[in-house]
Formats: sequence, C-alpha cells, structure tokens
Amino acid sequence: MTLSEDALAVPLLSVRGLTKLFGSFAACSQIDLDIAPGEIHALLGENGAGKSTLVKMLFGVLQPSAGQILWNGQSVAIGSPGEARTLGVGMVFQHFSLFEALTVGENIALSLDPKISLAQISDEAASLSKAYGLPLDPKAHVADLSVGERQRIEIVRALLQNPKLIILDEPTSVLTPQEADRLFETLFKLRDEGRSVLYISHRLEEVRRICTRATVLRHGKVTGACDPRQETPASLARMMVGADIAEVHRDNIPAGEVRLEIKDLSVPSRTPFGVSLKDISMRVCAGEVLAIAGVAGNGQGELFDALSGEHTVPQADAIRIRGRGVGQTGINGRRLLGAGFVPEERHGHGAVTGMPLSDNLLLARSQSDRKAFLAGGLFSVIRHGAVRTAARRVCQVMDVRKSGDDPAAGALSGGNLQKFIVGRELDRQPALLIVNQPTWGVDAGAASRIRQALIDLAKAGSAVVVISQDLDEIFEVATNIAVISEGRLSDPYPAGTLTLEHVGLLMGGIHDKHSQPEATHAH
Amino acid sequence: MRIELQKRAAVSPLFSLVSPLLALALTLVFGAIMFAILGKDPVAAMYAFFLEPLLETWSLHELAIKAAPLILMGVGLAVCYRSNNWNIGAEGQFTIGAITGSYLPIVFYDWHSPLVLPLMLLLGALGGALFAAIPALLKAHFNTNEILTSLMLVYIAQLFLDWLIRGAWRDPKGFNFPVSRDFAPEAILPAIWEESGRAHWAFIFAIVAAVLCWFMMRYTLKGFEITVLGQAERAGRFAGFSSKRMIWFGFLFSGALAGLAGIGEVSGSINHLQPAISPGYGFTAIIVAFLGRLNPLGIVASGLVLGLTYLGGEAAQLSIGVSDKVTRVFQGLLLFFVLSCDTLIYYKVRIVWARMRGGVA
Repeated sequence: MTLSEDALAVPLLSVRGLTKLFGSFAACSQIDLDIAPGEIHALLGENGAGKSTLVKMLFGVLQPSAGQILWNGQSVAIGSPGEARTLGVGMVFQHFSLFEALTVGENIALSLDPKISLAQISDEAASLSKAYGLPLDPKAHVADLSVGERQRIEIVRALLQNPKLIILDEPTSVLTPQEADRLFETLFKLRDEGRSVLYISHRLEEVRRICTRATVLRHGKVTGACDPRQETPASLARMMVGADIAEVHRDNIPAGEVRLEIKDLSVPSRTPFGVSLKDISMRVCAGEVLAIAGVAGNGQGELFDALSGEHTVPQADAIRIRGRGVGQTGINGRRLLGAGFVPEERHGHGAVTGMPLSDNLLLARSQSDRKAFLAGGLFSVIRHGAVRTAARRVCQVMDVRKSGDDPAAGALSGGNLQKFIVGRELDRQPALLIVNQPTWGVDAGAASRIRQALIDLAKAGSAVVVISQDLDEIFEVATNIAVISEGRLSDPYPAGTLTLEHVGLLMGGIHDKHSQPEATHAH
Repeated sequence: MRIELQKRAAVSPLFSLVSPLLALALTLVFGAIMFAILGKDPVAAMYAFFLEPLLETWSLHELAIKAAPLILMGVGLAVCYRSNNWNIGAEGQFTIGAITGSYLPIVFYDWHSPLVLPLMLLLGALGGALFAAIPALLKAHFNTNEILTSLMLVYIAQLFLDWLIRGAWRDPKGFNFPVSRDFAPEAILPAIWEESGRAHWAFIFAIVAAVLCWFMMRYTLKGFEITVLGQAERAGRFAGFSSKRMIWFGFLFSGALAGLAGIGEVSGSINHLQPAISPGYGFTAIIVAFLGRLNPLGIVASGLVLGLTYLGGEAAQLSIGVSDKVTRVFQGLLLFFVLSCDTLIYYKVRIVWARMRGGVA
C-alpha cells in the first residue's frame, strides 16, 4: 500500500460505536460514521433522533459515554469546544451566539486569541468573506443585520480557525431560498478546497442536491448510510421515520357534527424567527382525533396560538368553533363555547411554576367555571375550597403523583404536571380539545395515560386536535392525520390509509398531492 | 476569580419570613457603628433615634402622620410591583395629587361646602392616577422602560409645583414668600383624636387601603390576575388576562393611592401648598413596599418602621446634634440589607477561582 492510497483510505473523521446515555436513556447508541476529506456529508433525522447529541459530542460540548472518535485515524478525546477548534473542527450552531450591540468584527474577535488586534481580525474577516462569497461589513452592528447575514458571521468565525471539518446545524432553517442558494455555493467552494462539511438537516430535497453521502439517524441509532443522489425522497423518508407501519387498534366512531372548522387561515409571522401560517383549512368533527404531524418549527406554535385565541386573527369567520366565527374572540370566549387547550410549554405557559395546583386549575378555568369557582358578583371572590376540591379530583382521575395536598406546580415531575394540565381540561368535558405536543418530555407511563385519555375523550363524543412531532404517538391516537410544513397544512388522510413513509415525505416539505392516497374530503 | 450567584433549589420558608427582621437588625448594627465613628455614644444615639419617639403620645401621633403616606403609597406600589410593573415615580404622583387636590381650596377659596373635602381627595387621587398614566401609556404602546420614565417624571412634577407656588398660586397676602393661600377649615382633613395629638384621617385611609388590598390580593380574581401576570406573562395570556391592561391597572392604581397620599399630607398636615411638601416619601415608600415583602399587611408594619426613621432623624438632630441626613442613611442601609437578604435567600454565592485560559475563548 502506497502512502497516497493510505491517505485516501483514511477518513478525516471516523466515529465508532459512539454512545451517549442520559440516565438510562440512550440519546445516541452505537453510532458509526465516516467523513472523508472534501465531502459534504448529510446527517438526516427527525427531531429527537439524536443528531444534536452526536454533533455536540463531536464538538466537545458533551462527552460520550462509550465509543471512539478517530481524527485522521488517530483516536482523540475532545474535551471542550476549544479542543475541537484546535483539532480543526468548526461549528455553526442553529441558534447564533452573537452580541447584538457589538460589531461584526468585535463578535468575531471574541472567539479568537485576545492577542490579535481588532483591525487585523477585521481585515482577515473581510478578505475571507469576499473569498467565499459571504459579503460582510466588519464594522456593521449585528443588531442591524438580517438572519442570513448573522449566519455568515458564524460561518466566517468558524472559517477563521482554518478548520478541516465544518459542522452546520440546520443552516437553512432560518434562510430564504435565495440565501440558501448562496450558502450552498459557499459550501461547494469549501468542499473544492478539500475541507469536509457535516450538514445536518431534515430537508430531503436540499440534502439530495448538495450532499454526496448521508447518514440517517432514528431513535439514536444509524438506520442507513447512502448516497442521497441515488435515493428518492421517499426512500430517504423511509429511513428517517422507519419503514414500519404502526398498527392502529381503534374502534371506529362515526363522525358527528363539525366542532372546529378553519377556512383559508393565513397569519403573518409575528417575529423574524416565526413561521407564517398560509391558507390553512381543516375540519374536525365530534368523535374524531385529528393529529397534525410535522417537524418542530414549521408553524405548530403559531397554529396553536391562532386556534386558542391567545393571538386573535382579523377574520372572524376563518376559525369556527361549533359553527360560531371566533377569529376575533379571545381564549376565554372560546372556552365558553366548550373548547379546551393544552399548550406545548408546561412551565410558564400551561402552568405558573411557583403557584399551587389549585391556582393552576383556576388559571385555565376562571371564566368557563365562573359559577363554581367565583362568588361575590363583580368582586369575583375566589372560592378556594371549590377550586381545591376540583384540583384534588383532577389529580385523582389522572393519577397525578405529588407530595402534599396542593404543592406548587414546579414541584411536580414533567409527566405528572402534564397529566394535571391535560386533566384540568378533561375535567370539564370539553366539546373540543386542542393539544400541542401532549407528551413532549414526558415519561412513558404518563404518556400512555395521556394518550388513552385523549382517545377516550373522542370516544365520548368530543373533537380532539393533537399537534405532535412524535409519529408513534400520532398513529396511536389519530383517526385522521394531516401534516404541517413551513406553515402549510396538508389535506387530512384517514390514519389507516397512511404509511409512515407518506407522513415523512409530507414532513420533509414535499407537497405532491397526486401521489397521496385519497384524501378525506367527505366529512 | 469571579463571584457567581447560583439559584437555590428550594427557598427556606423560615428565612424568607425572618429576612426583613434580619435586615432590620443589620441596619441597627451598622447604624450603631456609624454613630460610633461619628464620635457619638452608639447606645444613647440608638435610644434617641429609635426608642425615644415611641415614649410620648404626641410623638406617636407624629409617627402616624409620617407612616400614613408611606403605607398608602407602599400598598399601591406593592400591587404594581406584584404585577411586574415598576413604578418608581410615586413621589411625582404624590406631588401632582397634592396639586390637583389643592385646586379647590386655592382657586375657589371662597366656596364653603362639606363637599369640598371629599372632592379634594377625589381630585388628588385622580391627579396621581393621570400622572401615572404617562409611564403606563409609554410602556404599553412604545415599550419604554417604565423605571426610567416614571422616575424622570418625578422631577417634572416637583418643578411644576415650584413654578405654581412661585407664580399663579402664590398667596397674594404672603409677602412674596413661595407659599399658597392657607386652606379654609372645611378643606382640612380632621384629626382622628384631637385632644391627644395631630394625627389625621390619612392614617385611617392607609389602614383601610392596606386591608382592602390584602383582601384583593388574597381572595379575588383580580389579585390572582395580578400575581399570574407578574410571575408568567405567557400563562397569564393563556388564562385570558391581558398584560397590557395590567400595565394600566398597576400604574393607575398605585398612582391614585400616591395622589391620595399627597392631598392627604397637604390637607391634613401642611394646610397649604409649598415648594417642598415631602421629605422623599415617594421613594421611601419603595423601601416600605419591599421591607413589607410586597404584602399589604406587612407594609403597615414596615411603614411604621420607616416612619420612625424620619422621627428619629429629627430627634437625633435635636438631642445628639447629628444632621437629619442620618435618616436617609438609615433608609439606604435598610433597603440595601432587605434586598441583599432577599438575594441570599434565593441564591447561593460561589467564588470561582478559575485560571484564565489563554487563546481559547
């Protein structure tokens, strides 16, 4: 074997049997991965598949529980991001770490050797940014820059270290298509110089366009390694979400009256990082569980805000609850029509951490149960006794484990608090329940308890909307499934006719309606 | 080396109860040290400052007079602070309340009616609320920092009062002194118990306001709304409460009570307007609110304690010959210790002796 052949055969970075345990939970399990010099390598996977954990280990933010990292064939331990940089690994995070009040040059200088002068850094940054097609003014203040420009700072900052491997975490999730195109050109340039890029994404089209090899993760394990150009989006999606079709055992409930109807709902994004909702239409009937699948950050939060009325929409008729146009009605007005809501975030949204459970019950039900919980007419004196009794009832029905009679919400574990928050709504038998990520970060026992409760509620004749990223959960509870992607909602399909592969395709942003099974338009 | 504050996992209920007492004790210890450094006998000085005023009936009345505006404003501020709105301008709202409340007895001085006094109190509260509406409007619609705007408005109010007293509202028979016309008897807040001392009805208002606020915070939906929005705005929105409306409520409520305190002080104790109507009651009320742990009943107690520092300052000036600025020193010490005790209840101090790592940031 000659020397040059040897160099070709040795990958820049190899990972062997890398495992990361959090308690007994394996976020990454026995990961093998090879990145050759001068390739753009994709790391594909759903949310929670273990991509971030893997990358954090490669960049020294987390330490692996087991396994080996080889750099140019040599086993290395990467103890900190600083050591990773010295080794030649650069990283561009999904969430930028920039000081808005400082200039571009100052922000770059912060991550470098303090001995180098600011002028020198600015010069270097300017010439680098020109060379790689990343126009940047070192004197501009970060606060004035667009998201795409901020990302360029992060990239230039990584490039200044002259890295051999650059890791990009979901880089296009914050970019416009044009900005993304420019980024790709930069990546090609880096590749042609012999640098390697590890490109993390869940966007299948993008990966097929720019990557020559891909490693797919699912539930913390490698489920496939392939050349994405040889694959179809469908086959990639299958690897991402698993080829198995979930078995759904549900009694078929005849659909009743329409409880929630949304027609052509468009909501512009409130913040630069938000997602705009575009032309969303859907109908949910009594007895139905409509699950809305989708990768995080595709408009789920915005959809929930619009449905709950925490942010009203100008068109009253765009959202109808039990036939009533409620677009401009606030959350309590909608509750009075029989709707109940469970937000994604438990702490500080669904519950006030520092307040006891009884107060947190009142939080959601002060108006819908006015008669039971308030007295004294205009003065609205709280009947603490009645509220406490109701809280006790909720805890009993939902098997909420707690210490003391009425502990602070923050003292409960995530699963128990979520059971309480869901139970708080179920307790009043809502005609319509809208739940965002019902079992996010909840232990398995509590998760199955909550899912069963949702199914039972629909059986009892309520309409249920479940927004979730967990496909297993969706197939477990749904009668119909729709997918949200980039603020658009697909048509709903009966859960029985849909495969995980289809859902995965829809989640990846491919809206090819002709290849889908027949949609359920006929309610 | 750096000092880190680490959040404690659990807050000791015992210490959060005794923290104000601890702060008070520390204030006394450091006050004694200060007197010793000034060359005074610390025991005699502390006696003159904190005990002597409590031994005479007339001086207990004076204590009620000093405590009344402190409690009234402290209670309003506590409600406002609980809702996470930071009204620092009670002094200005106090001043404007004193001005609007004095409108009737100064401009319509020959209108004699039993209606004068209730109308004055109403106008005072209204004036304070309207003046507090300025920072509320700025915060609700332009997202300005209410701490800065409400504080800056204090100086505007004080200069406006100065201008009025030296101009339009100067007493025509006052030999050009900057004072207004004296109030007619029916414009003066009556004494509670005239035979024994000067204390007037403002103290009763203060106690009633404290009890009502305590009831509101503890038993009504409004109090619940204030607490929820103050702790988690997003959860408040989920409950259907509006944080914007809460900005208005917090400021108008605390402004109205400050305005009432202002006209109460002018009508009950001073009986005319003059350029200086408050020895910084509005700022001291902030200390009162925190020393009372933002609890209306606790504020009654802390209002009396801070009222005592004013009396003690005056007494110490007479009997041991130190400047009455000592009062401000004591108040400053007290606020400092209250806040640091509270911080230490919620956080642990950790000193990190880390080497500076060169090159790698």
